[in-house]
Amino acid sequence: MTDEAPFFRTDWVFDNLDMLALRTAEHVVLTLIGVGVGVLIAFPLTLLIHRRRRLIGQVIGIAGILYAIPSLALFGLLIPVTGIGLVTAEIALVSYTLLILIRNGLAGLDGIAPEVLETATGMGYTRAQRLWRVELPLALPVIIAGIRIATVTTIGLVAVTALIGQGGLGFVIIQLGIRRDFDTAILVGVGLSILLAVIADRGLVLLERALTPWARAQTEGT
Amino acid sequence: MEFLGDVAAWFTDPANWTGRDAIPLRTAEHVMLSGISLLVGVLIALPLGVFIGHTGRWAGLVVAVTNAGRAVPSVGVLGIAYSLTLPFIAAAGLRGIGTLPTLIALTALAIPPIVVNAYIGVRDVERDTTEAARGMGMRDWQVLRRVELPLALPVILAGIRTASVQVIATATLGAIISAGGLGQYIVVGFAVRDFPMMFAGSLLVVALALTSEALFALAQRAAVSPGLRRASTRLGDTVAGLGL
Repeated sequence: MTDEAPFFRTDWVFDNLDMLALRTAEHVVLTLIGVGVGVLIAFPLTLLIHRRRRLIGQVIGIAGILYAIPSLALFGLLIPVTGIGLVTAEIALVSYTLLILIRNGLAGLDGIAPEVLETATGMGYTRAQRLWRVELPLALPVIIAGIRIATVTTIGLVAVTALIGQGGLGFVIIQLGIRRDFDTAILVGVGLSILLAVIADRGLVLLERALTPWARAQTEGT
Repeated sequence: MEFLGDVAAWFTDPANWTGRDAIPLRTAEHVMLSGISLLVGVLIALPLGVFIGHTGRWAGLVVAVTNAGRAVPSVGVLGIAYSLTLPFIAAAGLRGIGTLPTLIALTALAIPPIVVNAYIGVRDVERDTTEAARGMGMRDWQVLRRVELPLALPVILAGIRTASVQVIATATLGAIISAGGLGQYIVVGFAVRDFPMMFAGSLLVVALALTSEALFALAQRAAVSPGLRRASTRLGDTVAGLGL
């Protein structure tokens, strides 16, 4: 127990650098799968409800219900079906990205001025051309803002998957830290998780700037 | 399906309706943990957010802190609260009881979304409206109480709703440090491979979370000033889950 040991044990950190690097990498992979699959599901759904407005309520409603279900309960419901492991963890992680991604995607597409769309149509763009060459590029800053929120949220949520044998840095926080009353592991795990979130967020900002050179002046504030 | 039969049997087993592990008791614990934290969170965050929205002071700082706060894993907040309170809990002979750290963690998690939505809600009240109110001779606090707060109420409630989603979810995680509540069935059920109990506990948590969502949705609808109801239904829906 920690009663006589110093509050933060630097020696433990240096003795476990390999393990921490491995858990950090696992955290990154779990996040990438979660956000990646989330984007793959959210993208077509967003395009669908952008065209068929009547479906907005249903799709956002279902995504909202998924978002409101606590992760631990979702694990508990999934384990009898999908077992203990990566699939269950990722289903949960993906579920929580959908509301954020769909809502931001829709806000991005809805935020384009009608004059711009009319101009594109007037220039002879087909619907598909207009979507890929006009609407998506213009909506990109808001779409990427959604991906940023989803990524940062997922990095935080990955930790919980340590309870079902995954977890990345969550393994360090929960199994090595909380379950053994070991403060150093809790602090190191939380610190590295925050660091990952900050790096991912900044990285996506840079990606957005690279992809939207024309919008540089407007995106300074985001 | 046999498994669902086991789950049903768990719900009807009298042993799960009495004693330390009784379903009503665990539910009450969960509601208390979440409710107290949310209430304390509102008492701290609402005045702060309204002040920032009304005066415009500290806005940049608060938004930056809130965004940074999103990067902290909720289970990490729980872990840090646990590690900080552990010496006191041990000294008081309460080792193994995670109620206090869970309450602290839940309150800390509730504050950011409430502050941000209160700030945005008050800030986004039309300047024309507040100027008209001043022109009618209202004092500063009257403008706040009779114009800005009623108009901001749906957005403020959306913030409390977001906070409540996170608080109920993290209260479930409190079971890791023996805080009680419905998460106990899930954590213990998983540990001893009693999957019907784990599944039943998960159903109870989902029911609680969705009940809370439904109540907040109703409250948000009722909070829109009747004169504005038709015009702002869409706004209320959009703001309902800003994800802040």
